[in-house]
Amino acid sequence: MPRTPSEDTPAISIRHLHKWYGAFHVLRDVNLTVARGEKVVVCGPSGSGKSTLIRCINRLEEHQKGTIVVDGIELTDNLKRIDRIRREVGMLFQDFNLFPHLTVLENCILAPVWVRRVPEKEAVQTAMHYLERVRIPDQADKYPGQLSGGQQQRVAIARCLCMNPRVMLFDEPTSALDPEMIKEVLDVMVDLAQTGMTMVCVTHEMGFARTVADRVVFMDGGEIIEENEPEAFFAAPQTARAREFLGQILSHGQQAAGA
Amino acid sequence: MYVKHERHPELPPPPSELGALGWLRHNLFSSWGNALLTVASVALLCWTIPPVLRWAVLDATWLGDTRDACLDSAGACWVFIKVRLGMLAYGFYPQAERWRIDLFFLLLVAGGGPLVLGSLLPRRGPARTLATRGLAAAGAGLALVLHGLLPGLLAAAYLGLPSLLARLRAPAAPGAAAKLGLALLAGVAVHALAPQGVALAAGWTALTLTALVLLVPRADEQGWRLALLLTALPALGAVLFLGDGTWLPEVETDRWGGMFLSLVIALVGIATSLPVGILLALGRRSSLPVIRTLSICYIELIRGVPLISVLFMASVMLPLTLPDGMHVDKLLRALVGVSLFYAAYMAEVVRGGLQGIGRGQYEAAQSLGLSYPKAMILVIMPQALRLVIPGITNTFLGLMKDTTLVAVINLMDLLGVIKSALADSQWLGFTKEAYLFAALAFWVLCFGLSRFALHLERRLRYEKH
Ligand SMILES: Nc1ncnc2c1ncn2[C@@H]1O[C@H](COP(=O)(O)OP(=O)(O)O)[C@@H](O)[C@H]1O
Ligand SMILES: [Mg+2]
Repeated sequence: MPRTPSEDTPAISIRHLHKWYGAFHVLRDVNLTVARGEKVVVCGPSGSGKSTLIRCINRLEEHQKGTIVVDGIELTDNLKRIDRIRREVGMLFQDFNLFPHLTVLENCILAPVWVRRVPEKEAVQTAMHYLERVRIPDQADKYPGQLSGGQQQRVAIARCLCMNPRVMLFDEPTSALDPEMIKEVLDVMVDLAQTGMTMVCVTHEMGFARTVADRVVFMDGGEIIEENEPEAFFAAPQTARAREFLGQILSHGQQAAGA
Repeated sequence: MYVKHERHPELPPPPSELGALGWLRHNLFSSWGNALLTVASVALLCWTIPPVLRWAVLDATWLGDTRDACLDSAGACWVFIKVRLGMLAYGFYPQAERWRIDLFFLLLVAGGGPLVLGSLLPRRGPARTLATRGLAAAGAGLALVLHGLLPGLLAAAYLGLPSLLARLRAPAAPGAAAKLGLALLAGVAVHALAPQGVALAAGWTALTLTALVLLVPRADEQGWRLALLLTALPALGAVLFLGDGTWLPEVETDRWGGMFLSLVIALVGIATSLPVGILLALGRRSSLPVIRTLSICYIELIRGVPLISVLFMASVMLPLTLPDGMHVDKLLRALVGVSLFYAAYMAEVVRGGLQGIGRGQYEAAQSLGLSYPKAMILVIMPQALRLVIPGITNTFLGLMKDTTLVAVINLMDLLGVIKSALADSQWLGFTKEAYLFAALAFWVLCFGLSRFALHLERRLRYEKH
């Protein structure tokens, strides 16, 4: 199993991907290549298969047809490969999924110590470094339940970064947050993007997509039906469904702003 | 339009909410029904408690050591218990060897006590270190004074080991370490197979310690204490109780008895039913049909039969199915019976806890690269078990009291010993005293366990979302 970390292999390469839930065909012939350092925003109506797609990338969901190659490693049933890929791919969830029985610091050092076998002292140093980067070093000894949603999501980002991943996946990281906390999380994500991290981000935050994304992917009904640079996509969506979708989230945004 | 500029001042609560009177009103006399209930309860207590107290304390005979001391008293004859205390505590374990049992329980208290203390005292700070190490030192000292030089050294080694081990570092490369570990394990295991008990215990201890040192990247003093408590101490206990025939004279299990036997069954049952129960619970939720079906069948089968019949089966039926000449110790059969029986109940308790853990926790653990066993041990189980501490305690309490059922297969646990003590023609007719004593002994143990569990539950309750 040759590892090809050369700079021109794509970070993620998905070819003719199909997935079924029972008889339900959720993903239909999805093709997507993400270059190293590229930021891709995935959007689309609810139920279009966005979560399913990015969860296939780190094998939280199994695909039935097609190939997924992450960082030069093809995803198969081979558990070793799955482990290697999961170590290189960090994931952020809508509802944070911090471990509530561990402190913020313990959350951050758990995987480095037990998976990468980093000595504890070193792991703590790394964790504090990343907690500073997400601007909450002072909360290190608190439990997740004592933090606000925005703080929890930032801890989750730090926890991922402690594993030093090559790719990060985001599944609607701000949609469970109160409006006043969305910005603090997005700011951290923008910082992260500037460090050159490869990011695949499911989000409806159009401002974030505009400033950060290299490409926007629009999904509907389990298919990618439009792919474009953000400015072009937002200014002139090519398909009727994308126009309709953008119309809906924009009018919702205006309502929210007006209320 | 309405705009409020001043903040309303903070007022004290009305007097009916305050003080002893407020409390009485709230809790005892809040309504006619409640008041009636209060009065009736007080009357009932006044009616029942004084006679019992008079019999058990005021009119009771405490002094003396023959039956004659009790002849002219209307109250309880505690002399009977006093005279038979050794037998109630140790059964027919030879008098000269009883120190071995004492030493074990001393190690249990001094080695396990710090864990209890540690959970009572604040997480950081000198009080905890001082108290836990103090207890360990006291244990070693006591063993030295009570039991002599060698037992004292043994106790010091056992109790001091966690502090030493906590200073060790795990080797960095797991691959090489694992191989080294396996080689060592194999060597030690061979040595441990030698039939001498003391060598066996040493081998087992070395084996587990090597494995733990090599495989666990981080463990503090308390962690090591727990590890030793679960690995080395049982081995040590087995050797101390059974003897090894060279240094310690052998004591057959049919001479074990009394509270000692009850505790052995309870401790073994508790220590094995939880892990087996956890495995069964995981098996029942497994995605592999074979494992799932087997787990379900086992749990449902065992939960469907009474413990007594399991014990009878283990003691009467099992020998019939074994080949001739093969003999499984009666106590061992009872231990296996109790453990496996309670494992089935534990499995359902643990499964309840697992159901309280959302899918997100599994996914977060997976996405960080934790393997299934690591995710279970580090993320899922700590949360699931915390959720079901009340259920686990309940099952443990049931187990503790059900140890008395082994009397039906003629094991001399506390109740068995009492039965034989009551049959002594010199001491006929002290049934009440004997069973009250047994009840008290069990109550103290069970109440202690339940208080500790309650405390643990409060201590481990992390802030919720
Ligand atoms: N575990 C599952 N079993 C069956 N159907 C599922 C499952 N998860 C998601 N689905 C269905 O698959 C479709 C895509 O879901 P999802 O990827 O979560 O969409 P999105 O994230 O775009 O809202 C939805 O119709 C959803 O109902
Ligand atoms: Mg989704």
